[in-house]
Amino acid sequence: MLEIKNLHVKLEEEDKAILKGVDLSVGAGKVHAIMGPNGSGKSTLSYVLSGRAGYEVTEGSATLEGQDLLEMEPEERAAAGLFLAFQYPVEIPGVGNMTFLRTAFNAQRKARGEDEISAKDFLKLIRDKAKDLKIDADMLKRPVNMGFSGGEKKRNEILQMAVLGPKMCVLDETDSGLDVDAMKLVADGVNALRDQGRSFLLITHYQRLLDHIMPDVVHIMADGRIVKTGGPELALEVEKDGYAHLTPEAV
Amino acid sequence: MALPQPKLDATEARIAALGGVETAGCLGPAREAALGRLRDMGLPTRRDEYWKYTRPETLVQPEAPAAALFHGDEAPIFDTIDRVRLVFVDGVFDPGQSDDPALGGVTVERLADVAARDIHWARDAYGVLEARGQNPVHRPLAALNTAYATDGVVIHATGKAEKPVSLVYLHRSETSDAILHHLIRVDSGADLTVLENGPAAARFNKVMEVDIADGGAFHHVRAQGRDHERRAATHIFARLGRESVFKTFTLTANGVLTRNDVVVELTGDNGVAHIAGACVGDGDFHHDDTVFVTHEGECCESRQVFKKVLRNGATGVFQGKILVREGAQKTDGYQISQSLLLDEDSQFLAKPELEIYADDVACSHGSTSGAIDEGALFYLRSRGVPKGPATDMLTLAFLAEAIEEIEDPELRADILTRLDAWLERRRR
Repeated sequence: MLEIKNLHVKLEEEDKAILKGVDLSVGAGKVHAIMGPNGSGKSTLSYVLSGRAGYEVTEGSATLEGQDLLEMEPEERAAAGLFLAFQYPVEIPGVGNMTFLRTAFNAQRKARGEDEISAKDFLKLIRDKAKDLKIDADMLKRPVNMGFSGGEKKRNEILQMAVLGPKMCVLDETDSGLDVDAMKLVADGVNALRDQGRSFLLITHYQRLLDHIMPDVVHIMADGRIVKTGGPELALEVEKDGYAHLTPEAV
Repeated sequence: MALPQPKLDATEARIAALGGVETAGCLGPAREAALGRLRDMGLPTRRDEYWKYTRPETLVQPEAPAAALFHGDEAPIFDTIDRVRLVFVDGVFDPGQSDDPALGGVTVERLADVAARDIHWARDAYGVLEARGQNPVHRPLAALNTAYATDGVVIHATGKAEKPVSLVYLHRSETSDAILHHLIRVDSGADLTVLENGPAAARFNKVMEVDIADGGAFHHVRAQGRDHERRAATHIFARLGRESVFKTFTLTANGVLTRNDVVVELTGDNGVAHIAGACVGDGDFHHDDTVFVTHEGECCESRQVFKKVLRNGATGVFQGKILVREGAQKTDGYQISQSLLLDEDSQFLAKPELEIYADDVACSHGSTSGAIDEGALFYLRSRGVPKGPATDMLTLAFLAEAIEEIEDPELRADILTRLDAWLERRRR
């Protein structure tokens, strides 16, 4: 599904390398977690995959089902099946949540050569998904993320993911700022979307999200590289002993 | 005090080109008085405080600069709205294209007819609000209008108007120089909506005086025509009685020069005045909103909401003032002017002013200029919305606060359709 090879990335504005050769392969239907200390490059990886400006890839590749992600515009990556759940979902005053999601949904369909769906059919689709995530229908009428609590914003990300139906979901610190109940809701939403054709990359600082979403593979990232890969037990090790002993190079 | 020589010369040159004022008929004395005001003030020059950001020369010079006719492919705005349509072609009323103005709750007449027939309220009201609006800021182009207006409508709303009165301004001559003056009276408890659209003329000078009695309501939505080379100087003078409502919204899409003055006096308690505008300018475009709201009554609310989207060297100006007089306690005054600059060539000049002589009021104002929010743009794109439509979504979102000031959903939808089309054309 997702193949990242020897990815080197630096900040465009300064000569500072952030990713220093990341290798990662996520198979179809698999859930991978990337854990790591602050500043290890976890979020940068998610931004580079989704095409945010400000980063320069100096070496390496990233492909989604064989398509070169790094050559695509952000919207093309979305249409190809990539989804990034933001660590800090953006508030957009004046743009209705519903209008935004329908525009995105139909734009992706159009890009894939599929027919757009009607406002009525879309309404039904989104209502069903919102109900599963316990999102109040009134929230959908509000501008995107405006006046949402931290938990509502994260649930809104998962709702968008459920509606858009991507193949490769990257969740950037989706657990940050959530209380236990909110995290449970988000995790349930993610678990409901797990299937053989859909893969996940969970980026997280703490192990607790992984109590609720059981990963197949856990990677430890430090100083711009993946330094260790293992099963779910690796996350427990981090929880117990911290990152220090796993990342000898990091200060 | 004697006028500076250049101002005097410019004023006399314009007056000479216009000829003598029409002294016959019941409006004669008001016209002569307005000419006197005009001579006292002189026409605006760049050195005048309220013309610092907008060059008045082409609005003042004796001949109107030519403006090519623009043939758009859009259906005219408000076409689907049930309304009484009154058409002016280059400032001349065209009965052939107009509806019968018979309308429940309202009498509508032509200014030209009123002058001949001596309708006493109109005779007594003509030019009165304009004259009041000359203090403390001079508005000489409005005095010129009162003196020389060739036509206009006189509307008296006595009850709830059955449907809106829609003034349609067609532009058919490249050198037309139109001067129209509308006089509107809204009685106690009456409710009237006036729509305006179209480029009107190569150069258009328009005044609308609106006197709203206690408990009356007046709504105004206008779409200024798209003709790229047209010029316009318009004034609205509104006086509000107790518990009355005045709401005006203007959409301006292109036009080389537009100056819209709105002067509002809240004379009774609990009045509500909302003045809003959305303008979208591309290229050789200069748009100036100059607003002056005076609070005299207690517990009145006023809102000024102006949003401008500028690109390709376009210029936007906002000069907005809230004056709260002594005794106007519990005033709620709000003013926001914002520009979205789609490139680095465009500019926005804003001069917000508050002058408050009462001690128990809430007044706020804000003014910003900014580009498209990159974070929001990336968020939309990451969900699959391509850059062009995503930029448009954010542009419409920026304009939303002004557009939401239009109460009627049908009219709001019509304005949104125009904006969509404008944005769509920019992407071609």
